[in-house]
Amino acid sequence: MPQTADKVLDHEMLFREPEYTEMLAKKRAEFEYRVPLEDLQKTIEWTKTWDYREKNFAREALTVNPAKACQPLGAVFAAVGFARTLPFVHGSQGCVAYYRSHFSRHFKEPTSAVSSSMTEDAAVFGGLNNMIDGLANSYKLYEPDMIAVSTTCMAEVIGDDLNAFIKTSKEKGSLPAEFDVPFAHTPAFVGSHITGYDNALLGVLKHFWDGKADTVPALVREPNESINFIGGFDGNVVGNIAEIRRILDAFGVDYTVLCDPSEVWNTPTDGEFRMYDGGTTKAEVQRALHAKATIVFQEFSCEKTAKYIAEKGQEVVLLNSPIGVAGTDKFLQAISRLTGKPVPPSLIKERGRVVDALADSQAHLHGKKFALYGDPDLMLGMTGFLLELGAEPVHVLSTNGGNDWAERVTALLASSPFGQGGKAWAKKDLWHLRSLLLTEPVDFLIGNTYGKYLERDAGVPLVRMGFPIFDRHHHHRFPTWGYDGALRVLVALLDEYFEQLDASTIKTSVTDFSYDIIR
Amino acid sequence: MTLTVEERKAENKALIDEVLKAYPEKTSKKRAKHLGTFEEGKPDCGVKSNIKSLPGVMTIRGCAYAGSKGVVWGPIKDMIHISHGPVGCGQYSWASRRNYYIGTTGVDTFGTMQFTSDFQEKDIVFGGDKKLDKIIDEIEQLFPLNKGISIQSECPIGLIGDDIEAVSKKKSKELGGKTIVPVRCEGFRGVSQSLGHHIANDQIRDWVFDKTDPNKHAFESTPYDVSIIGDYNIGGDAWSSRILLEEMGLRVIAQWSGDGTIAELENTPKAKLNLLHCYRSMNYISRHMEEKYGIPWVEYNFFGPTQVEKSLREIASHFDDTIKANAEKVIDKYKGLMQAVIDKYKPRLEGKKVMLFVGGLRPRHVIGAYEDLGMEVVGTGYEFGHGDDYQRTTHYVKDGTLIYDDVTGYEFEKFVEKVQPDLVGSGIKEKYVFQKMGVPFRQMHSWDYSGPYHGYDGFAIFARDMDMAINSPVWGLAKSPFGA
Repeated sequence: MPQTADKVLDHEMLFREPEYTEMLAKKRAEFEYRVPLEDLQKTIEWTKTWDYREKNFAREALTVNPAKACQPLGAVFAAVGFARTLPFVHGSQGCVAYYRSHFSRHFKEPTSAVSSSMTEDAAVFGGLNNMIDGLANSYKLYEPDMIAVSTTCMAEVIGDDLNAFIKTSKEKGSLPAEFDVPFAHTPAFVGSHITGYDNALLGVLKHFWDGKADTVPALVREPNESINFIGGFDGNVVGNIAEIRRILDAFGVDYTVLCDPSEVWNTPTDGEFRMYDGGTTKAEVQRALHAKATIVFQEFSCEKTAKYIAEKGQEVVLLNSPIGVAGTDKFLQAISRLTGKPVPPSLIKERGRVVDALADSQAHLHGKKFALYGDPDLMLGMTGFLLELGAEPVHVLSTNGGNDWAERVTALLASSPFGQGGKAWAKKDLWHLRSLLLTEPVDFLIGNTYGKYLERDAGVPLVRMGFPIFDRHHHHRFPTWGYDGALRVLVALLDEYFEQLDASTIKTSVTDFSYDIIR
Repeated sequence: MTLTVEERKAENKALIDEVLKAYPEKTSKKRAKHLGTFEEGKPDCGVKSNIKSLPGVMTIRGCAYAGSKGVVWGPIKDMIHISHGPVGCGQYSWASRRNYYIGTTGVDTFGTMQFTSDFQEKDIVFGGDKKLDKIIDEIEQLFPLNKGISIQSECPIGLIGDDIEAVSKKKSKELGGKTIVPVRCEGFRGVSQSLGHHIANDQIRDWVFDKTDPNKHAFESTPYDVSIIGDYNIGGDAWSSRILLEEMGLRVIAQWSGDGTIAELENTPKAKLNLLHCYRSMNYISRHMEEKYGIPWVEYNFFGPTQVEKSLREIASHFDDTIKANAEKVIDKYKGLMQAVIDKYKPRLEGKKVMLFVGGLRPRHVIGAYEDLGMEVVGTGYEFGHGDDYQRTTHYVKDGTLIYDDVTGYEFEKFVEKVQPDLVGSGIKEKYVFQKMGVPFRQMHSWDYSGPYHGYDGFAIFARDMDMAINSPVWGLAKSPFGA
């Protein structure tokens, strides 16, 4: 009997006790009818070969362990970024339970969103009644300033028309005629979560700039000197938006952050639950039309939105999640050029400190080989930073990056001597990456929580970056953007390197001559 | 302040009335039927259940796919479960339920993987059957040790008229009778996860039991063969249950479905008794096995020593005197441990009030474990319970307990605000809402990444976890000392 009240054994240790290991061995031997261990071992080894890799890459239909989610998740992310805005997802209700859980597991914060709870009858007759009742209920119950509607694949397959449904709901008195209900069709079978972010953000901008679904005159742009900032779908949004604001404040620029969930996903524990907190206000959205320019920090997450803003007459600066010194330099230069303001001395000094840190540590990362996967922009940003460190990105993979993305990564790799051995893998999943890691090993892997399965299977240490991060806490509270972000990412890479070095040298009287106290 | 039962009932009524005022009138009338107070002596809890959630109210419920892939099928470890449709459903349910298992993932077991047909627009327009056919071929090539495949339908499948049954039959034939199970668990079916459980059970009946040669596996029966039904091995729950059953001399021939294999499912009709933990999700298949194979089933409850003891005796009562004597020995063996756990934690937890909102069996089953620690459950409700769940709940709850079926985000927040429990037990979507309010919380779906909570070994962990939630110093810091 291994359990005691004095020292309670958790699942981690309890099931390693002989009572349990014997029980489970017996279960396997007597009841599971598993394949013989010999066959298992043979197959394990085969999955590590080039032969397996070739078969794996010949897949045309099956997706295994993808690094992407579906559109409506991104749409909820975008909606959360507006002040007192309730995300309303039209379609099956289970989807909303999934989005809320997914975000809460990453941010360790509540995520409020509602569903129109469509079922079989709605599949047959359409979801109009669900929209009418749903808008009435959420308007009365949760007192939002705005309800941002998006769709699940169910509503898209049956072809529900959001514009017409919202109009009818207003006519039926679900909400006041003038109440703001921007909407976006976000079919899960097109693109990924970054597409959903793009569509939902575009839906909000169009609503306010183009006359609220033909109910008021469209706004007329009267250009001013302000600039807009759009971050894109970002797992570090809490830390990153705060950092971006700090930088823009240091410049003394008049700016608007379009879509800012950094406060509602970062509320205090002080006895009060804030369903809404912070976020871009309606007035800010309207005034953003008049800005001189918009900086889009993640191009692939904002393709349609960027195009739309440019058509309004603004200059749009497209970046790809710049990470590191040169990337941040480019961002600051853009701000400076657009506003005519010099880069403030405080930021120049910060830059120097980051370069100082890189100089102090570069020897430890120089020439180390990395595999990395994630959203297209993050991959471009991280590849840039690795090259800047003298590290070698070898496998750069994105499930939701297309061929145009791969060309951009290829060009970036080609621009540096450290990128010569690297290759971009578009539209590939983590089971492809497993083959890559087992046939062409690297020193480190950069990716989200699911990368831990690759860490286990291929024995490559994982540095967690991207979305979602479920199994480490509070990373999202810290920036990866700006000079401060560069420092954070640098430290994450170094910590993993030093941890590995210590683990590899820790054995007493065998390897611990290298178990150094100074590194 | 301790309320009398009558005062509590009056308070509950006032609270429900107040909450209902926040809704539009039509919705208020509908929600009123789901909220109530348990009256001692009544055969149920006085609330309606298993009815469509209202749009826009922020229901906590999920869907049929979650009930089938997420709950019933997903944990069967040596099969590959295809999330058939767009990428999201499989992504959000990927390895999130903590169904522990032993195996080489990706080679002979597949529990913590996400296999999807990742539907694109062309699949919606032209149908996905050909893609599915090809997917099965690719699975066979890359994962040759898999023992079967299930097709877990996402919403579009049923809407675009795909014939996954035909594909399953065709591929099964091509592959020499391989188990390939089409599951029509599209998320829009039914009102919650619950229909997904039912559909999943029915498909085991039709596509596993009815299509498998009963002598497929060399199997020697004994008079003591039992199966664990409705234990998903969350944090190892089925293991800390199995150990007790084996200690009392029973032979557990199958686990449904935590750490389960297809062979175990196939052999279950040879059991002498089916032991049913999660009644809600697996009563269907238990009833079927009773009707078709004459296997009786018994519900049991392995949360907390009082219920474990009662259940061990109840299970033993279906067997001979040796097993009955063994059950007493097992109970005796763990008495000391249980007393030590209670002695350690009860003084720290005595009198604490708990509110629950969970799924499956837990809104009633865990009450005894709290009571073993001197705690009191003052409110409870089911995410997707039916009338028979609320009937069974009457054996567990006290007179005057607040009952809320398919509670909405708004209601739950207001109830907790007013009742001021010392602990809330619910899910990830609720966790941070209440912690912000300064209320200690434990996730009672995933055991908050802890567990097991079943059996005697599990109770020690349960008691420790409740103590550290409630008695954490952090709650004392929630109010700042700086004044308003």
